Amino acid sequence: MLRGSVRLNRRQIMDAADMRRALTRIAHEIVEQNSGAERLVLIGMHTRGVPLARRVAAIIDEFEATTPPVGELDITLYRDDLGMQARPPAVSPTNIPFPIEAKNVVLFDDVLFTGRTVRAALDALIDFGRPRTIQLGVMIDRGHRELPIRADYVGKNLPTARNEDVELRVQEIDGADSVAVATLDRPYRED
Amino acid sequence: MPLSQRNLLDLDEFGRDDIGLILDTGVSMAEILSRQIPRVPTLRGTTIANLFYEASTRTRVSFELAARSLGADVVNVTASGSSIEKGESLVDTLRTVQALGADMVVIRHRDAGAPYLAAATLDCPVINAGDGWHAHPSQALLDLYTVRTRLGRLEGIKLVIVGDILHSRVARSNIWGFARMGARIVLCGPPQLLPHEVTRFPGTDGLVTIEPNLDVAVEDADVVMALRIQQERMEGAHLPDLREYARLYSISEARLARANPDALVMHPGPMNQGVEISATIAYGNASVIEEQVTNGVAVRMAGIYLLAGGSAEAANGQ
Amino acid sequence: MASKDLLIKGARVIDPAANRDEIADVLVRAGRIEAVDPGLGIPDGAATIDATGQVVAPGLVDPHCHLRQPGFEYKETIGTGSRAAAAGGFTTICSMANTRPVADDRGVIETILEFAEREAVVRVLPLASVTMGMQGRQLVQMGELVDAGVIGFSDDGIPLPGADTMRTALEYATRFDRPIANHAEDPSLIAGATMHEGLTSTRLGLPAAPRQAEEIMISRDVLLSELTGGRYHALHLSSGGSVELIQRAKERGAPVTAEVTPHHLTLTDAIVGGREEPAAARLGPYDANTKVNPPLREPADLDLLRAALASGVIDCVGTDHAPHARHEKEVEFARADSGFSLFETAFATMLGLVHTGVLDLPALIERMTVAPARVYNLPHGTLRPGAPADIVIFDPELEWVVDRERFLSKGHNTPYHGLPMKGRALRTIFGGETVFDLAATPAATGGSVGA
Repeated sequence: MLRGSVRLNRRQIMDAADMRRALTRIAHEIVEQNSGAERLVLIGMHTRGVPLARRVAAIIDEFEATTPPVGELDITLYRDDLGMQARPPAVSPTNIPFPIEAKNVVLFDDVLFTGRTVRAALDALIDFGRPRTIQLGVMIDRGHRELPIRADYVGKNLPTARNEDVELRVQEIDGADSVAVATLDRPYRED
Repeated sequence: MPLSQRNLLDLDEFGRDDIGLILDTGVSMAEILSRQIPRVPTLRGTTIANLFYEASTRTRVSFELAARSLGADVVNVTASGSSIEKGESLVDTLRTVQALGADMVVIRHRDAGAPYLAAATLDCPVINAGDGWHAHPSQALLDLYTVRTRLGRLEGIKLVIVGDILHSRVARSNIWGFARMGARIVLCGPPQLLPHEVTRFPGTDGLVTIEPNLDVAVEDADVVMALRIQQERMEGAHLPDLREYARLYSISEARLARANPDALVMHPGPMNQGVEISATIAYGNASVIEEQVTNGVAVRMAGIYLLAGGSAEAANGQ
Repeated sequence: MASKDLLIKGARVIDPAANRDEIADVLVRAGRIEAVDPGLGIPDGAATIDATGQVVAPGLVDPHCHLRQPGFEYKETIGTGSRAAAAGGFTTICSMANTRPVADDRGVIETILEFAEREAVVRVLPLASVTMGMQGRQLVQMGELVDAGVIGFSDDGIPLPGADTMRTALEYATRFDRPIANHAEDPSLIAGATMHEGLTSTRLGLPAAPRQAEEIMISRDVLLSELTGGRYHALHLSSGGSVELIQRAKERGAPVTAEVTPHHLTLTDAIVGGREEPAAARLGPYDANTKVNPPLREPADLDLLRAALASGVIDCVGTDHAPHARHEKEVEFARADSGFSLFETAFATMLGLVHTGVLDLPALIERMTVAPARVYNLPHGTLRPGAPADIVIFDPELEWVVDRERFLSKGHNTPYHGLPMKGRALRTIFGGETVFDLAATPAATGGSVGA
């Protein structure tokens, strides 16, 4: 959420077809990288990482005839900025109803920015067990990392300015698939 | 929407949204407690002071587990062996605890209203862990959570609370909580322990009734909650005899048969088996008494988390 | 003491004892009332006070207060209490016996009177306890105490538990023509109680007692007064139901009188649960500044008590001024001391009842001067020529806001803090000397003038 900032202009970067192609490519890369889908589990990060993970799982099923399990992870309780919030943000359900021990876990998020959210997700995942690997898939990598974190699978690299906001929409939540960039009247701050 | 309240003193000031938020957050907290490592780092670096002016193992341990599961440090101050015993006033103790850096205070006290004095004295959030006969809001929240989890709803259910209503903080907080969520509440007990005014709490709008005959009260009940009969009430002039009390007010199979077939039996503990509840019922299929204890940690985590605001600067700056 | 003559000119003079209510001048000579008459000339060398537009009345008489000395000087002293009383318009105050040691023997009474002589700016008249140490058993030596100057007997704060003790006390006191004043609450019903039993106490989970605790004791006491012919004074009525009992006893000829406090006429138990409006007078739930004994009750009680004060069934107003230190109120409700610091708000509170039409101004002045004086056979509370020049000059319309930080009393324990008031004493004269002058001490008089 962005509080009190004004969007000065907005340009579309990806449409539904672009996003579908990107996810299909990511699905193939994941299977190739992990030599199949057997020990693969996908975990979507709330909110928009969850539908992205489900779609990738469905695509994998199309060509591998096996659906990797998909979990949901809410990282609110692992954030490092709670003390900077006036009131604590709402917590969404975490649901990982399968063991991740010795699995290849692919985390999904919509936009990779500072890396702090992913850092929190790594902490959270470790509490569920000891996976063999943890990999990261994102639809958009917009740069500006503040931590030594990189994505293994990227839908699109999108260099942005600090005063730009990446708006990613998904059918399941927003009613349409699209990625757009809006220019703000002041620098974006992730929260 | 965040909580509308800064403290958890009683549920009377909590709206339906507030209670719903705590119960929903409780679901997330219960998931954390089911993990291999049932702990999150959320409140790392914060200190929660448990001030227990009245002995209570289960509530204190429950709050302590809740705080630690959220990564907070816990300081326990109990009445015995401390400055409290040496006659230090509550206000002075509170100021000391604040000066030592407590970010939240959980207080249990034998005098009604002590948590309000704490809230008026302290800058940090205060959670009432039971004050006199007045309120025990975290118990009511865990009761609401347990019923909602089991029955899937709170609106329209019939809850019967049986026992010493007059002296029960559990009953009072449950009246506010269940009425706010749209449940019907029938209070049952010996007439001398059943004050009529409990049906007139503002905003409970005819949802609360009293019925001194348990056989009548339990009819069609969805939930039957037995309250603990305190030994000191027995020794006073309040009740003639435990046997007579058990005969009239114990939750037994025969009585439970008059309730709905899938009715739940609850008890805030600790139980006097054979007095307010029979052992068969306490450990029977209808009993959710152990679940209440487990759910208590999750609900208290939710309460602590939602009250643990950030800094005052953040509150002002945003 | 050869002060010069003083002429108070042009005020509305209300002296119920003389059945006077007219615009008149009041002449004071040698500390006594010399004359009251419309159009008195100014004697040579007399000081004058132009009180046009203001009201002049006998200095108020408080039949019931706690001055805390000896023993509790950190709460109040006779000096500070008397200055607070003067600021509230009182010139005669009757002090209760629950000092430490208890005022149960000649030595303590003489000590109180010595302190009063030295430090008090108004007349202090002590009551002695009924029983030794207020223990409810052995009667005090009434004869010696009357000789020492006590005006009556009371174990106020503690109800006299035994009907037998009350009976004996009433009978013995007839020998000295002094009343027995009782804090009328049944001890077994009020054991552990902290407030009035009702919706608020049930909600707050506070131990409480019903109004019947008072009515039962009043019933007993008035029956014993009827039996013995002993003069009985019912302190601080709080229950509407007590009115009927007092009325019936009076009709049956029992020598019974009764008083009511300003707070029992104006506040209800609801404020124990907190007060939101006005914001300046906000009280949180369980604020011990709402704790008093007997407790605040319900609106229906207020209605009955007000009507009884207006009709005269209740004889008089007593403040029950009960100062406490901050640390005795800033505690858990159940542990807090009971009582309010009342001297500096009592008159304004009562004038509020005049403004709302509960009773007229002459009736109020009667209930606060000659009527309480009558309870204890005092010659005070009147402006009749020859009487001591104890006078209050007040403006019934002056608007101000209660500020406890400005109280002259050491006790800042008041439920009225931050409330707007209308009417207050401008000047209090005791024995011809000004002992309080609002104009001279505006910063130290319990509230900003002109809200």
